[in-house]
Amino acid sequence: MSARDVAATVLDPELPVLTIADLGILRDVHEDGRRVTVDITPTYSGCPAMAAIRADITARRHDAGFSDVNVRTVLHPPWTTDWITADGRRRLEEHGIAPPGPVRAVPVTLGRRSPVPCPRCGSSDTLKVSRFGPTPCTALYKCTDCAEPFEHVKAF
Amino acid sequence: MTAYDAIVELNDHTHWAFGTGFDDPLAGIDTSVPPGTDTAEQCLALGDDALIMSHRLAEWCTNAPELEDEVALANLALDLLGQARLLLSRAAQARGNGETEDTLAYLRAEHEFHNVRLAELPRGDFAHEIARLLVFSTWRLAVLERLVDAPDPVLAAIAAKGVKELTYHREYAAGWTVRLGDGTDFSHGRMAAALEAVWPYVDELFDSREARDEFDAAIRQVLEEATLAVPDVSSAARVAGKAGRDGVHTEAMGYLLAEMQSVARAHPGATW
Repeated sequence: MSARDVAATVLDPELPVLTIADLGILRDVHEDGRRVTVDITPTYSGCPAMAAIRADITARRHDAGFSDVNVRTVLHPPWTTDWITADGRRRLEEHGIAPPGPVRAVPVTLGRRSPVPCPRCGSSDTLKVSRFGPTPCTALYKCTDCAEPFEHVKAF
Repeated sequence: MTAYDAIVELNDHTHWAFGTGFDDPLAGIDTSVPPGTDTAEQCLALGDDALIMSHRLAEWCTNAPELEDEVALANLALDLLGQARLLLSRAAQARGNGETEDTLAYLRAEHEFHNVRLAELPRGDFAHEIARLLVFSTWRLAVLERLVDAPDPVLAAIAAKGVKELTYHREYAAGWTVRLGDGTDFSHGRMAAALEAVWPYVDELFDSREARDEFDAAIRQVLEEATLAVPDVSSAARVAGKAGRDGVHTEAMGYLLAEMQSVARAHPGATW
């Protein structure tokens, strides 16, 4: 396996249905003999998963025989949910998590945003239960048609 | 073998992100600072604002009116703590005298902190926190928007990331301001009183007319929807013309630092 393939299989610790490549936080992998440099970018500034992801990348590379692994943080351009791949969006939906819509620059919206369709029945008659779910990047919703509670990855 | 051993055996301690000391938030980033910029001062001031505000928001854990809002406030605190770590790490690099984000956060004295006084005000009721958050996030958003093309590329990148987070914080605060202001007579009164309590600390936030105009326009829009008026109160007194940015703080700051720094000071150099 190439160094990129190894790095691309690392799973996001909070949304383990997505790899860091699906999530769009794996920016670049340079391979120079046995020496590998991996560039990743944080989702949120305070994302506690970054240290775990960094440790995971290093561990996987070591297991794959790359002994000299350097994981660098890249801050620019900032990550947005638009970096989540089509594959990643499909996988989120399959696992009952409503994927984010496109990111739009908004003035003060006062909470009026487009509806989030239910990943189970497709109804757009859904209610936001909480702006934050188990992680900062998700919100909790409930479908008023099929009663399914679900998570939604916020457009950010 | 215990369950803990079984897990850690997998790939040694690397499995535990927080069992091995915190990671450098700027790991691998070019540490050079463009000459002739005031990156150190800017990063320190903005980092202190984020750190102290994050501490106050975290105090809502187990104190918020509803679980959902407790989670929300803790998450906003986490965003700001993340910004504080990046900014204080950058300030430490720019100062270049061996400091780290930790020594800056845990080992400075009150007069060495440059956060605005708004951030350190003691926790009041929920309306008070919402009023403070509305003012803080609207102001900080206007400030960071003006830093996305700062000469220091690291500060510029931190600002660009922060803009997205603060937009969300402002939305949360604006939503509650409208709900409380345009709610019952009782909630309207509490929200109006909260705005009056934080408003004296607004003037010292601004050193740019442009940012102030943007702030005023956004606040006006929210308060109009919330059927509230912009408070007509005088600014909080300064001490010999000095306030938070100059290291002159309110009485609350010493108590806050005593709590925030006590463990680090009692166990110098400890990792956990």
